[in-house]
Amino acid sequence: MSATTGYYVPHDAKWSIVGSVGLFIFFIGMALLVNGGSSLTMFAGMAVVIYMMFGWFGMVVRESESGIYKAQEDLSFRMSMAWFIFSEVMFFAAFFGALFYARTFSGPWLGDIGSATNTVLYSHFDYVWPNNGPGNLGGDYLQMGWFGLPLINTLLLLTSGVTCTMAHHAIQKGHRETMVKWLLATVILGFVFVACQGFEYYEAYHHNNLKMTTGIYGSTFFMLTGFHGFHVCMGAIILTVVMIRGHKGHFTADNHFAFEAAAWYWHFVDVVWLGLFLFVYIL
Amino acid sequence: MKSTGLAKAIATAVGLSLSGLVVAAEEQHETPLNMTQGVTNISADVYGLHMTIFYVCCVIGLAVFGVMFYSIFKHRKSKGAVAATFHHSTAVEIIWTTVPMVILIGMAIPAAKTLIEMEDSSESEMTIKVTGFQWKWHYEYMGEGVDFYSQLDAEHNAARQLDSGIDVNQYHWYLKEVDNELVVPVGKKIRFLHTAADVIHAWWVPDLALKKDAIPGFINENWTLINEPGVYRGKCAELCGRDHGFMPIVVRAVEQDEFDAWLAEQKGEGAELVVAESATGDEAVAAPVEQSMDELMARGSEVYAQQCVACHQAKGQGIPPVFPAITGSPVATGPVETHIDTVLNGKPGTAMTGFKGRLSDADIAAVITFQRNGLGNSVGDSVQASQLGGV
Amino acid sequence: MSATAESHHDDHHHGPEKGIKRWLYTTNHKDLGTLYLWFAFISFFIGGLMAMIIRLELFTPGMQFVDPGFFNSMTTMHAIVMIFGGVMPAFVGLANWMIPMMIGGPDMALPRLNNWSFWIMPFAVSIFLSTLFMDGGGPASGWTLYAPLSLQGGDSFAFVIFSIHMMGISSVMGSINIVATILNMRAPGMTLMKMPLFVWTWLITAFLLIAVIPVFAGAVTMLLTDRYFGTSFFNAAGGGDPVMYQHIFWFFGHPEVYILILPAFGIVSQIIPTFARKPLFGYSSMVYATGSIAFLSFIVWAHHMFTVGMPLAGELFFMFATMMIAVPTGVKVFNWIATMWRGSMTFETPMLFALGFVVMFTFGGFSGLMLAVTPADIQYHDTYFVVAHFHYVLVPGAIFSIMAAVYYWLPKWTGNMYDEKLGKMHFWCSTFFVNLLFFPMHFVGLAGMPRRIPDYNLQFADMNMWASIGAFGFGLSQLLLLYIVIKCIKGGEKATDQVWEGAEGLEWTVASPAPYHTFETPPEIK
Ligand code: HEA
Ligand code: HEA
Ligand code: HEC
Ligand code: CUA
Ligand SMILES: [Cu+2]
Repeated sequence: MSATTGYYVPHDAKWSIVGSVGLFIFFIGMALLVNGGSSLTMFAGMAVVIYMMFGWFGMVVRESESGIYKAQEDLSFRMSMAWFIFSEVMFFAAFFGALFYARTFSGPWLGDIGSATNTVLYSHFDYVWPNNGPGNLGGDYLQMGWFGLPLINTLLLLTSGVTCTMAHHAIQKGHRETMVKWLLATVILGFVFVACQGFEYYEAYHHNNLKMTTGIYGSTFFMLTGFHGFHVCMGAIILTVVMIRGHKGHFTADNHFAFEAAAWYWHFVDVVWLGLFLFVYIL
Repeated sequence: MKSTGLAKAIATAVGLSLSGLVVAAEEQHETPLNMTQGVTNISADVYGLHMTIFYVCCVIGLAVFGVMFYSIFKHRKSKGAVAATFHHSTAVEIIWTTVPMVILIGMAIPAAKTLIEMEDSSESEMTIKVTGFQWKWHYEYMGEGVDFYSQLDAEHNAARQLDSGIDVNQYHWYLKEVDNELVVPVGKKIRFLHTAADVIHAWWVPDLALKKDAIPGFINENWTLINEPGVYRGKCAELCGRDHGFMPIVVRAVEQDEFDAWLAEQKGEGAELVVAESATGDEAVAAPVEQSMDELMARGSEVYAQQCVACHQAKGQGIPPVFPAITGSPVATGPVETHIDTVLNGKPGTAMTGFKGRLSDADIAAVITFQRNGLGNSVGDSVQASQLGGV
Repeated sequence: MSATAESHHDDHHHGPEKGIKRWLYTTNHKDLGTLYLWFAFISFFIGGLMAMIIRLELFTPGMQFVDPGFFNSMTTMHAIVMIFGGVMPAFVGLANWMIPMMIGGPDMALPRLNNWSFWIMPFAVSIFLSTLFMDGGGPASGWTLYAPLSLQGGDSFAFVIFSIHMMGISSVMGSINIVATILNMRAPGMTLMKMPLFVWTWLITAFLLIAVIPVFAGAVTMLLTDRYFGTSFFNAAGGGDPVMYQHIFWFFGHPEVYILILPAFGIVSQIIPTFARKPLFGYSSMVYATGSIAFLSFIVWAHHMFTVGMPLAGELFFMFATMMIAVPTGVKVFNWIATMWRGSMTFETPMLFALGFVVMFTFGGFSGLMLAVTPADIQYHDTYFVVAHFHYVLVPGAIFSIMAAVYYWLPKWTGNMYDEKLGKMHFWCSTFFVNLLFFPMHFVGLAGMPRRIPDYNLQFADMNMWASIGAFGFGLSQLLLLYIVIKCIKGGEKATDQVWEGAEGLEWTVASPAPYHTFETPPEIK
């Protein structure tokens, strides 16, 4: 706990109103879109949210650079980022939980000889993982192996974790330009990962006939990797912003919270991937 | 302060509610204020557990509130009470952590015993598969070749429509009467297999202490052994859509020989009779070879009112987007083959289940005719029972 | 940006802006607290009106007023509006107003985020309510949105899901803010174990929220993809399981019900010592009990699912774990009573509501314990007995605690005393009617009346009529609260700084009404 003298309490919050309106339009747009409407509203909302982010973050960056934030403000930011990442972990936990449940409980109930469900309803169905259920939903498909692209992806992300840490060491020593270089490597690795993932999806759809609609396997596979991929994109964008700021001369050896927040996020995305690699691909 | 009056009022209110509970407990034989004891050993055990935990709560409640109200009366400022300053006592805290713990463990043991018994459906002597539909039940006596649907009694169904103008108070078993009862023997361990065709339902008969969710695509097991003959009524106990409140269950438990006779009758006359009964009640008659348009329309409107209104609504307007309108529907105004196919076989994966085998051919023909020429449609063709086979 | 131009020092002497802008742009924890509280009040009325429609239809047997589908939609929306629009924002509002003052901090840790958390809510709730007017009507599958029933809904389904996402975003951001505030904004000397209990319970509640709201978001996202993108999470044909939804939902849902009660425990723990003029008994055991309840709340979720056909071992585990929750909760009840013991009590309105809470919450807790006994729950499940249980813990529980808090702190907020006579009248009317409303539900439930039905057999007629009369009475009594609050804002006897003779804590050391900015310089904590 630190002293509260002179904690910075801003008194305007115009951007958050823009943000609320943006989310409002965005989510209405999403709802219209999934119901078969046009995507226009959704993009409009997204534009407003992005505008808000530029405005809001820009404001925070300026405040930070003008030296308003002291140790206590800094700690507030750190705590918030840590708890935010915790909330993201729990979001993924829901999907990992679904995977676990389908593999440990519902799958065997449906497909193991001896279960009443199997005997009465699906005597033709044998449980193995992966599967697309007794209805063979989505038709026959091929499983995604772990050896090829996924392994490369794992190495990419692990390496990016290392480069990210190198960047951190650099800025801790005050070497801003070195930090930018390591960050650039991280971001490139991140985007290569996303590209590989895109290619893998292409393979899945066109060669393996593995789709979102391929029963529980397709569902868990695409939702887990999909949300992860989305997070990688976000992380890479955040790192890019940090990199640009570093290039502009922001951050010092003892004031670089934005960098650290981005790095935490990146490591989180990294760890989630390891979970994915293990539970979705290997096991 | 006028707090004495206040305190009295509090005391009276609480006293009343507590005594209300106790009265309810004592009167359980006469009034429907308490859980039923039911007619199986399990239901009696469940009732016992219910009363035990209830009395435990009463005793703890009396003790806790007793102390509290004593304090409220005695330790009030208006009576000159001066506040003490203590705020901690490890001994007391240990006591009031361990005592409830012990009570709870004492409670959990018999509960666990009953639970283990409830889950043991082995060595059953007959099996009935119960499938939930929106909004009716389907019963299948496994291995006997007997199966039928069971749904809310037609008269009640008419009475429960919004603004039906029918006084529901005339029906003693309002919303608890079905067209085809589930008949079972007493003294036999019966295994139930529960599943559903569309959404989750739950098959609940309080007197048997049976409640199990019917989950689409899964089988749940349950069992009972009924001690006394009688009629036991229950309801669907899981929200399953619009008419969740209107899918009752009636179980008629009879002596073994009576059951055998009933089962033989079902087998002898075949499932068809049951089906016909479900649609037309007692006047199940074989369809004449050819029916006039008027006859078809008249009968069709009856069948429609009984079987189809729930979803497609009285004027055929449906409840879009889930339940399509019949008025102007491309199916009901298009090629007759599609229409017949839809009604016979349903649309898999939707609430529209097939009516083949559930309604007589004559009724199906009639209702199709009615849908094509009533409810605002006027295709002009009529459908005869003989046409159905050709599809 | 003006904020950057000015030095931070100036900001602290900034008064409220004028007009609507003040409320739109405010970052002030007191303004936002007020907004949250009014928003919750409005939602409470909207959710209450829906409940009135339910009770109207259930007044007598037979269908008189609404279509069964609309009835289901009222049940569903009533619950979601009450929980996500009523109780949760009310607690967040109280947290906003009181936590910074209680810990001697100048404001919330992240004031702008605070504004955003609030302003998402009105938008989210409007999307949610607007579904009522869409083709196919609003959500009608119960507040639990069980698959596959919820997937049968019309186009409004996507709007419901996305409005839930918005409410979730708001909740998580609000909770993060509260955690950061409590951990980082305390005045020097305000150690964790010196914090008022309201702050403690909120710290733990916020943790619960951050942990489970994202899980809920995940669950409804799966509903969304099952419905619109052909995934099979909850479809047996594809290897999924409808029951899987229930597990994920209740993993959120059970901690959620403690989210609705822990801050209430905190409030009551503030009020009882004040009016007993005696320090809270067993402060540290209160803190540990709160923590234990939070921990246990993660491992009891399947007690909502005793009839889905879980394996026996699961049923036994969840029964034992659920029963254990009675122990730490009991510790709390006993501590409150020990606090009253040999105190010097007076019975102003906040104390009346707090005492009403203790009695009636315990009552609801007892029925909860009965529900935990699995074999008995086979009979109770999905009947009005459950409805009676959770309304006892939610209405004379959570709602009463909020009312207690409002009466308790209203003089601090407005600078005026509320009308004590009317307040007492409000309490007695509410208490009488709330019991008339929910007590008979135990009986009909035990006698076999399922929940979520618009029509019932004649044997339940009497009790339902009593319940409906109670409902109308309780609803009308709440108009009194509205009147009292408005009257108090408009004027009344001036409140002293300490307001209550026995009140202790930092919030009572500042002026009444509390100045726009408090504790810009941290107070001394002994
Ligand atoms: C504020 C919200 C809240 C709170 C605090 C609780 C508290 C508890 N609830 Fe409740 N519950 C709900 C809200 C809440 N519940 C809701 C909304 C539902 C329905 C959801 C739905 O289906 O829509 C529900 C449903 C529900 C069920 C499922 C019923 C069913 O659908 O079949 C169960 C089953 O175990 C249960 C149990 C409990 C228990 C054991 C507690 C315990 O925490 C209570 C502990 C308290 C006490 C026991 C009293 C005080 C203690 C003492 C004085 C000590 C000594 C006592 C003894 C040793 C007996 N609750
Ligand atoms: C915090 C949560 C909360 C609160 C405060 C309430 C408050 C009330 N609830 Fe409800 N309720 C739930 C949470 C809550 N409920 C939940 C979770 C469910 C389960 C849903 C499901 O099954 O999915 C439920 C379900 C539920 C049912 C069962 C419905 C069914 O199974 O079909 C009923 C039935 O009586 C009911 C009634 C009431 C009433 C009468 C009130 C009253 O206390 C409300 C009083 C308030 C007002 C009336 C508003 C203020 C007054 C005015 C606006 C003035 C005008 C008044 C008049 C015209 C009289 N609620
Ligand atoms: C439990 C609800 C339910 C009942 C009862 C019901 N239907 Fe349907 N019906 C549906 C649903 C849902 C659909 C839409 C299926 C789809 O999505 O293709 C439907 C579709 C139809 C259609 C095709 C309409 C169109 O435009 O696609 C016809 C014809 C029809 N039903 C006839 C009947 C008849 C005849 C009966 C009574 C004998 C009946 N239905 C009873 C739910 C029901
Ligand atoms: Cu079937 Cu409820
Ligand atoms: Cu629970």
